[in-house]
Amino acid sequence: MIEEKFDAIVIGAGMAGNAAAHTMASRGLKVLQLERGEYAGSKNVQGAILYADMVEKIIPNFREEAPLERHLVEQRFWMMGDRSHTGLQYRNDDFNEDKPNRYTIIRSQFDRWFSKEVQAQGALVICETTVTELVSDAYGKVIGVRTDRRGGTIFADVVILCEGVNGLLGARAGLRDTPKAEHVALAVKEMHFLPRETIESRFNLHGDEGVVIEAAGVISKGMTGMGFVYTNKESVSVGMGCLVSDFATNNDTPNGLLEAFKNHPSIKPLLEGSEVKEYAAHLIPEGGYKTIPQLFGDGWVVCGDAAQLNNAIHREGSNLALTSGRLAGEAIFQIKSRREPMTKQNLALYKQYLDDSFVMKDLKKYKDMPALLHANSQNYFLAYPQLVSKAMENFLRVDGTPKLDKEKATVASFVKERRWTGLFGDAWRLARAWR
Amino acid sequence: MSLAMRVEEKLYQNRYIVDAGKPHIAIRPHDKPSENLLAMTRICPAGCYAETSSGQVEITPDGCLECGTCRVLCEASGDITWNYPRGGFGVLFKFG
Repeated sequence: MIEEKFDAIVIGAGMAGNAAAHTMASRGLKVLQLERGEYAGSKNVQGAILYADMVEKIIPNFREEAPLERHLVEQRFWMMGDRSHTGLQYRNDDFNEDKPNRYTIIRSQFDRWFSKEVQAQGALVICETTVTELVSDAYGKVIGVRTDRRGGTIFADVVILCEGVNGLLGARAGLRDTPKAEHVALAVKEMHFLPRETIESRFNLHGDEGVVIEAAGVISKGMTGMGFVYTNKESVSVGMGCLVSDFATNNDTPNGLLEAFKNHPSIKPLLEGSEVKEYAAHLIPEGGYKTIPQLFGDGWVVCGDAAQLNNAIHREGSNLALTSGRLAGEAIFQIKSRREPMTKQNLALYKQYLDDSFVMKDLKKYKDMPALLHANSQNYFLAYPQLVSKAMENFLRVDGTPKLDKEKATVASFVKERRWTGLFGDAWRLARAWR
Repeated sequence: MSLAMRVEEKLYQNRYIVDAGKPHIAIRPHDKPSENLLAMTRICPAGCYAETSSGQVEITPDGCLECGTCRVLCEASGDITWNYPRGGFGVLFKFG
């Protein structure tokens, strides 16, 4: 198919792949990027929130060109009861700044634009091409790839694996394991279309302002999971995800949970009358720091979701992908400028860059959270939300019961559910994992 | 949820280019399905897995969303083989 040899082959045109390809091509490296979808973005699924800082480091003026939906001025965290929610709401007019911090996006549109920027830097991008195999030399160094198109191997000094959470190539080549069921969440999502004005009045927004709702509690039926509602210009993204290992032992279906979430009395009025135009599913890496695989070797590096680089606590994934892709590109450029080979020893520079960045620092901070939430999902995702809901109802319903009796009843319900030792233990474990 | 929308109706909204005659997921022939394989009849978000009247699990991957859940649960045991569809085929997200 292609005779020439490349400096680098990037596999995948998601956030990590585009960041890596853009970084290297803009520095003059000869880059080939392969994408299995019909166009860049056609296989990619995200909630989706974009963090401006990480894009700015790659394309400083992206706000002028990129297809962005709404900049976020408000965040709601909702703890869901069966027919209630207890919310924490933060809105700040300072988020209406010249260069907003966070946006909602529609991934297939954003990625398509990003890919054009990558091509403008001189990278060769070939879509509708699935890479079937990594090719190694006799010493085990990765030297190229084979695809499902006619023709032989395509060679490069280094292969950058940005193949996503479900990437087959790295696992097949024995470079990392396939994710385990307790380390990935399955999320399902729908795109609900509504007139602009309807979205703005329902969510209390003006112009391009946007709001995000993250919801946890009884909606995941005791499984480790969350729901979300994100506002776009003329659509609302609604989704729900839980750990695959929890789904495997629970009787609920992903679609059933999503339908129940949509029909929750706190959510339903927000979606009323919408037209659904797409239903998507995607795995989210949730294992955190302890599940990060070997990130580099002779002739290869791995970035983004494929490397489990996702901060589940802060729901940050695409920015870790963008950053890891960019840092891989910068490391490779450095090695190349020194005219040195793409050996494991040299590519350790990528890991060093990552360790020095927020990516590894943040993931390390929360290294114990995934296991904690998983082991205690019944408490954190079912018992406590129900108790909080009951406590709020006790507090707010005026029915002639003396307040002291109400408080006693609330405290008693917490103690009955978890006992004092359980309550202190849960709080202590949560605080320690958070540190 | 009496008004719950069925998965089949939802998939109808999506865009696919099906690689006819070349399914990208295959189930190993079996008499009795493993627990995880049986779980896929419930978990698969696209409803690709179904139990036959004689108790085996079969797959119709046409509506597959390529999420990889079945791969995570059933590949290691050899219950299924999983490949990506050929380049350009499979689900094509309009919004993603």
